[in-house]
Amino acid sequence: MRLLTVDDIDELTLGATLLGTGGGGDPYIARLMARQAIEDHGPVTVVDAAELPPDGRVLTVAVIGAPTVILEKVPAGAEFVGAVTALSSFIGEKPVAIMPIEVGGMNTLIPLAVAAELGLPIVDADSMRRAFPQLEMTVFTLAGVPAGPMSMADEKGNVVVFSTTTNQVSEKLARGTAIMLGLANAISCYPLTAGQIIEHGIRGSMTYCTELGKRLAAVQRGEAGAYDEFLSFAQARKYFSGKIVDLDRHTTDGFAKGTVMIEHFDDPGRTMRVEIQNEFLIAFDGDRPVITSPDLVCLLDHENAQPITTEMLAYGQRVDVIGLPCAPEWHREGFLDIVGPQAFGYDVDYVPLGGGQP
Amino acid sequence: MSTLRIGIDVGGTNTDAVVVDGPGTVVASTKAATTPDPFDGITSALEQVIAGVDVRRITRAMLGTTHPANAIIQRRELGRVGVIRLAAPSSLAVRPGAAWPKELHETVIGPSAIVGGGFEYDGTEIAPLDVEAVAKFAAQCAGQVSAIAVSSPFAPASNEHELRAAELLAAELGPDFPVSLSHQVGSLGLLERENATILNAALLGVARRVVNGFHSALTGHGIEVDSYLTQNDGTLMTANEAVRFPILTVGSGPTNSMRGACALAGLSDALVIDVGGTSADVGILVDGFPRESSAAVEVGGVRTNFRMPDLISIGLGGGTTVQGSGPDVQVGPASVGYRVVSDALVRGGSTLTLSDISVRAGRLHGFGDPALVSGTDEATVDAALAWTDQQIQIMSERMKASRAAMPLIAVGGGSHLVPDTVPGVSEVIRPANHAVANAFGAAIAEASGAVDRVYRYEPRGRESCVEDAVRLATEAAVRAGAHAKRVRITSVVEVPLSYLPGKACRVQVKAAGPLGA
Repeated sequence: MRLLTVDDIDELTLGATLLGTGGGGDPYIARLMARQAIEDHGPVTVVDAAELPPDGRVLTVAVIGAPTVILEKVPAGAEFVGAVTALSSFIGEKPVAIMPIEVGGMNTLIPLAVAAELGLPIVDADSMRRAFPQLEMTVFTLAGVPAGPMSMADEKGNVVVFSTTTNQVSEKLARGTAIMLGLANAISCYPLTAGQIIEHGIRGSMTYCTELGKRLAAVQRGEAGAYDEFLSFAQARKYFSGKIVDLDRHTTDGFAKGTVMIEHFDDPGRTMRVEIQNEFLIAFDGDRPVITSPDLVCLLDHENAQPITTEMLAYGQRVDVIGLPCAPEWHREGFLDIVGPQAFGYDVDYVPLGGGQP
Repeated sequence: MSTLRIGIDVGGTNTDAVVVDGPGTVVASTKAATTPDPFDGITSALEQVIAGVDVRRITRAMLGTTHPANAIIQRRELGRVGVIRLAAPSSLAVRPGAAWPKELHETVIGPSAIVGGGFEYDGTEIAPLDVEAVAKFAAQCAGQVSAIAVSSPFAPASNEHELRAAELLAAELGPDFPVSLSHQVGSLGLLERENATILNAALLGVARRVVNGFHSALTGHGIEVDSYLTQNDGTLMTANEAVRFPILTVGSGPTNSMRGACALAGLSDALVIDVGGTSADVGILVDGFPRESSAAVEVGGVRTNFRMPDLISIGLGGGTTVQGSGPDVQVGPASVGYRVVSDALVRGGSTLTLSDISVRAGRLHGFGDPALVSGTDEATVDAALAWTDQQIQIMSERMKASRAAMPLIAVGGGSHLVPDTVPGVSEVIRPANHAVANAFGAAIAEASGAVDRVYRYEPRGRESCVEDAVRLATEAAVRAGAHAKRVRITSVVEVPLSYLPGKACRVQVKAAGPLGA
């Protein structure tokens, strides 16, 4: 158990931007929300799932909508409390803690604001430890844990609770509802017990995110040896350093898809291609896939080591491409069916990071 | 008899002025020190530059100034601002002024409120405008603030609530009470746009003094002409507009310098390297405008959504020190800076600098006594030169967006360090008058218009949406004074947006053209 104060937020935010792998929404607004909530309501207690009663109910909370809309229609705060309260009364149990569903992007920090406001602890765990575009893309789905019942709310007081049959249906209902409710909404789903989180969740992901952010901040300050320390902590590798020479983007079925081509600094004949679907999904060295989902493809600004989001991409940008292994909890039977390259429509086999010399 | 334009650039150290004729030839130029009250510097630069010029031929005067930027950085001359956001019940989780530096917040932000209003992404209301709350806020601000900043979600697309709020504020506080509306100041991103609007409102007093001072300097010398200020993107706004939107001028310095350098070289697509005493900056111009950085820009520690030129800087300048000897020589990053004129070996000083190396290599002439650096051995000179040439090559390569060779324009007091040939560079150009590139950039600036909004490509189709944006940007440029027949589109950026229905895309278009008759 530890206290999370305003001072801890910046490192968590930087880590969350990295784990967003180019998507997940810019955590900047979520960071300001968390700051304001902690200033108004006091620091948040971070607990391990094992510190909670095993049958205590934990509710997740996240923002769902379109990142660009959230930049304009900043959350009220009340929608998140509304979603949690609605789900809690539907299942007839009060939550003992709040948990992020997605440690990566803005949904890393939103639960902190909600926990501060509700005076509840936050569980050091999640179900992705990176950003993914759909709510069924979780280790809970792998374990057969249902996303429903789930609730959604807007800032005006509109609330809806769904009972669902599959996590894929949950995703469809959530997406359709968000379009009708203004595309900047609160969602609470996967109502688990603390015991289920211990069994199926990715534990320690908030701490991992903070530690990652701390090490990346040291890289940004230009500290000697910091880049190696950052890579070694994440068991990551720099695959490529070069300049963006081509960029193709379009939207299909609501997904921002695209391709970015990077030319190597030292060898202009060598290029890396990165495929985008809201997040960076696959990196090819020439024709060979070297980093594949669910492992993380992260682009850092070559000069200042700031993680680059897909919306910031520009011709001529100088970047480092980093491959980070996904949380080990992903490596369970069937994971490729929901988050592997083929689940996103690519005819590419998964290349486990660390396995074989890329 | 052709007409003339005056360009003046007030920088941190120098105030430059040029007189330029119709085709863009420099008729006169001068460099004066920037003074504590910038108008003393402007007046003396103006006086020097128009000596010998027939002032009746002058038709326009352009000013680029760091004055508003410095006001923010030094927290002086700033007005106190009432901040009202028309957005409730949305956005309550982040109050206005969140993440502002404490002392700037205390200086600038007065009463603030988030009241009912604003629009959704699809143009429907989040809530009706809370007319009573706006009137109440106005009453609360009376006598407390010098201006009010108004912001609202999706105002760039739906500005009705902001316009209505401005009417209500005028009814309470009088028609002349200064009000800044976010849809006139910034682009998408509510909090960044609100920040820019607050800073804009705080700068209104400074802007009035700058423009009045500029006018009185001009009229004091018998010059009664249309006057303009340069904006962040290198284009012009009329002095009357600048009085209302001073925040749009805060980043014009580097832009004027790069555009001026390119125009002096007669090019519109080139790399530009500005080498000073301590550091070198490299940027790139595409179609006459600097490529912009993708990162959000902070102004005085406040996040805004303005874009600034994409520059890379390294510690390489005329005053950069050279330590050790032979192949193991260590160049920089320490520098003697402007003291190079006294500290360099060739000037009788005791520090080996890159200027000394440049003299030995025959790149720099007429700067001190070459005999004083003759004791430095050949291997040291070669190693320091090799380092310099490699750094310049690396910076140029990184800035280019394609493999094709491009010209490199070298400007600044330390530009002698740039070798005549650089791999990947087609030609190194050292334009005449490069010392006044900033003022020249201001003098040749054009009028512009911009559009930044979200379109749904379904069902009307992408082309029709982009055409619409192009038309709006062109009209805005003409409204800003551009010659209707000579407006051209300088940039079109489309960013597809995730999760929005109807193939939504953010479309940003800029148009620019020379001033009309």
